[in-house]
Amino acid sequence: MQNKVDNSNLHELEGALEGLNILDFTWIVAGPTATRMLGAHGATVIKIESTKRLDIFRAYQPMAGGIPGVNRSGVFDAYNHDKLGMALNLSKPAGLEIAKKLVRWADIVIENFAPGTMDRLGLSYDEAKKTKPDIIMASLSLQGQTGPSSKQGGFGTELQALAGYNNLVRWPGEAPQGMQNPYTDFVVPWFAIVAILAAVDYRNRTGKGQYIDISQLEPGVLFLTVPIMDYLLNSREAKPVGNRCDYASPHGVFRCRGDDRWCALAVFNDSQWQALCLVMDNPYWVGEESFRTLLARKRNEDELERLIEQWMVEQDAEKVMSKLQESGVPAGIVAHAQDVYDEPHLRRRGHFKKLNHPEIGEHSYEMPSWRLSLTGDLIHRPSPCLGEHSEYICTKILGMSDDEFVKLASEGVLE
Amino acid sequence: MNQIFAEGKAIIKKTALDSTHQDISQEAGLPLARYRILDLTGNEGAYCGRLMADFGADVIKIERPGGDFSRNIGPFYKDLPHPERSIPWYFLNANKRGVTLNIETADGRQILETLLKRAHFLIESSPAGYLETVGLGYSTLQAINPGLIMVSITPFGQNGPWQDWKSCDLTHMALSGFANILGEPDRAPMRLSVDQACLQAGAQAAAGAMIAHYYRQKTGKGQHIDLSIQEAVNNVTTGSAYRSEIGEGGMGGQRSGRRFNRGHVKALDIWECRDGYVAWRIWTGQLGSKTKAVVDWMNSEGLGLELKEVDWAIIDYGTITQEQLDTWESHFAKFFLRHTKEQLYEKAIEWGASLFPVNTPKDLAGNKQLGERGFWAKIEHPEVEGTFNCPSAAVKSSAYYCGIRYRSPMVGEHNSEIYIGELGFSKEDITILKQAGII
Repeated sequence: MQNKVDNSNLHELEGALEGLNILDFTWIVAGPTATRMLGAHGATVIKIESTKRLDIFRAYQPMAGGIPGVNRSGVFDAYNHDKLGMALNLSKPAGLEIAKKLVRWADIVIENFAPGTMDRLGLSYDEAKKTKPDIIMASLSLQGQTGPSSKQGGFGTELQALAGYNNLVRWPGEAPQGMQNPYTDFVVPWFAIVAILAAVDYRNRTGKGQYIDISQLEPGVLFLTVPIMDYLLNSREAKPVGNRCDYASPHGVFRCRGDDRWCALAVFNDSQWQALCLVMDNPYWVGEESFRTLLARKRNEDELERLIEQWMVEQDAEKVMSKLQESGVPAGIVAHAQDVYDEPHLRRRGHFKKLNHPEIGEHSYEMPSWRLSLTGDLIHRPSPCLGEHSEYICTKILGMSDDEFVKLASEGVLE
Repeated sequence: MNQIFAEGKAIIKKTALDSTHQDISQEAGLPLARYRILDLTGNEGAYCGRLMADFGADVIKIERPGGDFSRNIGPFYKDLPHPERSIPWYFLNANKRGVTLNIETADGRQILETLLKRAHFLIESSPAGYLETVGLGYSTLQAINPGLIMVSITPFGQNGPWQDWKSCDLTHMALSGFANILGEPDRAPMRLSVDQACLQAGAQAAAGAMIAHYYRQKTGKGQHIDLSIQEAVNNVTTGSAYRSEIGEGGMGGQRSGRRFNRGHVKALDIWECRDGYVAWRIWTGQLGSKTKAVVDWMNSEGLGLELKEVDWAIIDYGTITQEQLDTWESHFAKFFLRHTKEQLYEKAIEWGASLFPVNTPKDLAGNKQLGERGFWAKIEHPEVEGTFNCPSAAVKSSAYYCGIRYRSPMVGEHNSEIYIGELGFSKEDITILKQAGII
């Protein structure tokens, strides 16, 4: 509320999902990623927060200008654009009453708390259904609403081990590695969007709402179907292969000139191999029997990788990538954040869009991976400051009088 | 809450045994059952149609005569390379029907146009510009069917300086920055040993397609979706914008082996236990109770008594030293080494600890949580002896079952069903088309 924004255009957004109302209780990564995509396409997303229990990303680094503040986190901002923000104290009856009014307003309620939390808040699916019979509610909990482990809490950074990922980030014969990103959090949002929009189609035809239970575990495991079926059908545990691939050679990441600069390259056929040899300026060894064919290269892959690295380490990563690509060899530098940010191709495709955030200032947001030809790309609103749209939501969406709003605010309901 | 979920097991037993889609009664209840998708993708975009088929869409996979090249990707059932034995094919094309068609012939093109008129989506993953060159660009397709949603999935998108660049899973992981966060600091950045870029692209394309579908339901207008696999992988490695403009932090950051970056210190994340590894790390501040749960559990076994008095809620990763962290961690390390990962997982649930085993495919096949939630489907396939379990339902809806209902199609399996049964060709026509290499 302290940050005055122009709300006059809130309902004039042209997006594919215009008219779709989403009541969003999600936090951290998985849920907010789904709802930021829906918001970017024009759905009205109301993010409910509590000043007592913040989305923990509000406290995460980096903070704009290095100054801590609930509205200054870059990572929170990245996952919460295109949402209206409301602070609500759900432990007060008047707060719960407002939440229920918003359920009536919403097509979809979405949350990713531990199972049982919405029930404790008085906002279970059964309660929501009493309020609005055709409501669609989606829960994106860690391990699902049912089953022996459903109550176990945690985060994607470790859940991905349970889902089978860390076991597959390892060099042959060595220990599994950690993963700095919660990968499973980035699998579930797409399932959630498809499930929700399919449910909307279903509701529009049948008049029926539904409850959708998506765990962060199951979509993650589904994305490892191939090694799981390899085990079930061939009784074989997937061998970690490092950066190699069964049917390509070379296929690896090689050190380049400079500090922590690397380039990946892959050779799947003879013409790519010949192109690579040419880019390397045909060193004496490429004509040897041990590297002439794919089978020979597979048999001598350690030596092959050593020789390529010997050449690569003298090269500039970007330049060698361009040279290889211009010759038709799949290649890519191992990008750091700044490399991605500076990349000319992404820039030309409009991957970054600048908006002005009231506390963080003008900076860039990242687009969805898809561009729609007709309804366009609509990242249009920075992440909400805590409680930024409480007044707008109360008075304009719920139709309260100014007096009612002031009373609620003074009673601590909007905290 | 279990009882409210649609139960899929019985349905699978009844109809997954063959893949004919004669029995449409179960489809009728599914949300996308009334929509048809023409799926021209290879490996790159195949998951898009699979995800939409899980919600009932009638997906027709259109392969070149002889079968799509992606059938050559292993592993293969019993290690016998064969177009009907590719495990990735089983996974990516379940719930789809399959026909063969050479769309570069006059007859093939005419058949495609007929199918297009009654389709709602077309998904393709040919190199940017290819469909234009064979006269099947979006503007042509739109003229045939104005409501069509066309989804194009390509490595770098339909335009931009890199639109013709080549890629594979490894180069996508590298270019997106994902590889940079996996592996050890002084060694080569790593990929996951299982391809993810194309799965991400397919699932994200399905999300985009459903967004366009919502708009079409309102307005009747179709559109073209341009999905870049590169951007799909960027989306799961986010941070390039805020890291470059605001500062380092959040998640991700430089690879640190088995450790997790927490500001200036690195917290151990993957720990050795008696028979493998578990994932856990010391939580502090607002989440300090999660660490206390493990300390209480250790104390109950007479270990880690040195940690009894530590108040994890007031500890801040921003101010502790690596040395202090290492000392604390050494106590937990000793404790985890005493137990197997299964024991640790079971006890962690009891004690309310956020500790998880580093699971292998075998562990996942036996995971109780997945089993009890009906995650698996039993499948029969003519090439496979007996039945086999397959990961199936990633979404549980209270209204319908969204898992595998049909196994993946064999090469040209539904040619007769579609070309004769639906389009009205005669058996003689089909024989001609077959010999001419059109189907």
